[in-house]
Amino acid sequence: MTDVLDPPILAQPGDHGHAHEGPTGILKWLTTTDHKIIGLSYTVTSVIMMVIGGALAEIIRAQLTSSNNSLVSLAQYNELFTMHGSVMIYLFAGPFAFGGLANILVPIQIGAPDMAFPRLNALSYWLYLMGSITMLMGFFTAGGAANFGWVAYAPLSNSINTPGAGADLWIAGLLLTGFSAIFTGVNLTATIFYLRAPGMTMFRMPIFTWNMLVTAILILLAFPVLTAGLIMLYCDRHFGTHIFSVQGGGVPVLWQHIFWFWGHPEVYILALPFFGMVTEIIPVFSRKPVFGYKGMVFATMTIGALSLGVWAHHMFTTGVVLLPFFSIMSFLIAVPTGIKFFNWIGTMWRGEIWFSTAMLMAIGFLFTFLVGGITGIYLASPPIDFFTHDTYFVVAHFHSIVMALVLGAMGGLYYWGPKITGYLLNETIGKMQFWFLFIGIQVFTFPMYLLGLRGMPRRVAAYPLHPSWQTLNELSTVGAVMIGVSTVLFMVNIGYSWKKYPAGDNPWDGHTLEWFTTSPPPHHNFYRLPRIRSERPTWDYNHPDRPAKAHGHHDNQDEVPVV
Amino acid sequence: MRVEARILLSLGSFFGFMSALYWFWGHENAGGVMIFAAMLLCFVPGSYYFWWSRRMKERPEDDPNATQAQGAGVIGAFPGTSIWPFTLAMGAFFVVLALVFGIWFLVPGFGLAAWALFGGTAEGRRGGTH
Repeated sequence: MTDVLDPPILAQPGDHGHAHEGPTGILKWLTTTDHKIIGLSYTVTSVIMMVIGGALAEIIRAQLTSSNNSLVSLAQYNELFTMHGSVMIYLFAGPFAFGGLANILVPIQIGAPDMAFPRLNALSYWLYLMGSITMLMGFFTAGGAANFGWVAYAPLSNSINTPGAGADLWIAGLLLTGFSAIFTGVNLTATIFYLRAPGMTMFRMPIFTWNMLVTAILILLAFPVLTAGLIMLYCDRHFGTHIFSVQGGGVPVLWQHIFWFWGHPEVYILALPFFGMVTEIIPVFSRKPVFGYKGMVFATMTIGALSLGVWAHHMFTTGVVLLPFFSIMSFLIAVPTGIKFFNWIGTMWRGEIWFSTAMLMAIGFLFTFLVGGITGIYLASPPIDFFTHDTYFVVAHFHSIVMALVLGAMGGLYYWGPKITGYLLNETIGKMQFWFLFIGIQVFTFPMYLLGLRGMPRRVAAYPLHPSWQTLNELSTVGAVMIGVSTVLFMVNIGYSWKKYPAGDNPWDGHTLEWFTTSPPPHHNFYRLPRIRSERPTWDYNHPDRPAKAHGHHDNQDEVPVV
Repeated sequence: MRVEARILLSLGSFFGFMSALYWFWGHENAGGVMIFAAMLLCFVPGSYYFWWSRRMKERPEDDPNATQAQGAGVIGAFPGTSIWPFTLAMGAFFVVLALVFGIWFLVPGFGLAAWALFGGTAEGRRGGTH
């Protein structure tokens, strides 16, 4: 491996100069087709959605602090938990990952000048923004926002039980964001299949890009089902069809089948990108190549494949689903996930770990996701699910999962933020943020597990005066406040570090191609590319004496660094 | 291109197996149909890629020993800026508002969408703004 660059091919400083002479200001934002600006718009919008969803969560927790609190009415409470779930799942977690960071990073990680369909990419963003606005408009209608839970179960979601514009706006908003996701899925797949740089074979792609490929395929398989279901639901509400109503010969449980056939792959559409993020962060801050690269890739694909066969584990208590099939399939997902955990720990093993904020967030992700994952295995067992269904145990389980994703998201922002903006965030405030977030998450979720096991149902605004329930709920609220403080610290950090710490091109001594280009990358991403001979081209270029070895030949001693 | 094809075909085969298993074991139609459709959605592009992968020359991105010079040339058309995606999305926004607030929203909705489709197509034929 020489350290000589191949001839530059994409752009020279000064080339494509005319590309920068386009519109400026708001018109630039409205007309851009640059994946980095679109990705940044996605990231900022989705973080705003996280703050909105988080504010709703804080009101929910405040209401639950005491048994018969009257902070909000019962009807308002229904709107709050519906919109909290909807905003967090539909408008934050997914768009942040596949619209935000993936949009920015996937083309750069594979050495592409842009996404395959730049105008479709812009359309995705605008549909997402308009869909988000549509859904949130429900709060300003006379009847309030949607209030049938984020899953909109029939027959609760029909026009008799839930009349009003809020529910329709929820459906309309989801239609737009659903199409936005599908277009992003098309774009990511085409980009990864067709725009890789010479030498960037599929099995040299960074794990984040691999995870985004599987995510994109899952989006294409799952989201059309949701869109079809929403159209059916709308027809039931307004056009007199009876697809989901018993009175007209329809089947209410069909909605659950359709919803969860989208909904469970959606869990992995949310999780896989964040798996990818921590798989990028951990090797860089352990000063080692990722342990078991191919194992990681195959584990991701196995998770993707199995995720389409587990939907009815959300429906065990309906009594009309095939319990052994869905139980076995759900248990099986633990195997590839376990492989991933093994590999993450294997990557850190005997590495020289640098406890930066991004790395702390990634380690926090491992712990929190493990708690959520293992309780998920409990829930895959029908007898346990029958006991805990619709209790706070389930709420605690998926909040461990999604809060782990928030840790991953924050890790991703601390790790790639400097690449996107050109400036580092303050590490001291970052570490304070981490500890508030990490401890807050555990204080927030662990009492909910106990509450669930003691029988507290989910989606209730008031509960019987019971000393242990009261104490546990208070504790959970304390955790929620700590999470809120961590979000404030993140905002403070952005303000405090604003253009203060220039990052340089490669602040972490990264492995993948995004660390080869400038921070922020130029129009069309690269002035030149290194020779690509492994999954760590930037590392190979910067450390010609220690090139990455072929798969399966990583020697820990050999790879221990340098710094 | 071969790896890409194999990914889709293996996913499709797995879904095919699963749909057969579920169909005969589960006696529930909706799920069986949805997994079967997932299989088709993998097989259609997957078989196309597979068909092509046997006929096309190896691309530089599939060659582990490729140099960057092999990728030189025009990669594709990447329009610098375009107002039409925004216009189309505004059209779609008004169309879904018609679902909620009244049919008259379809007028600006379809109007903007049609304008964007014509504008975007014309822009595409010109080769974009850059």
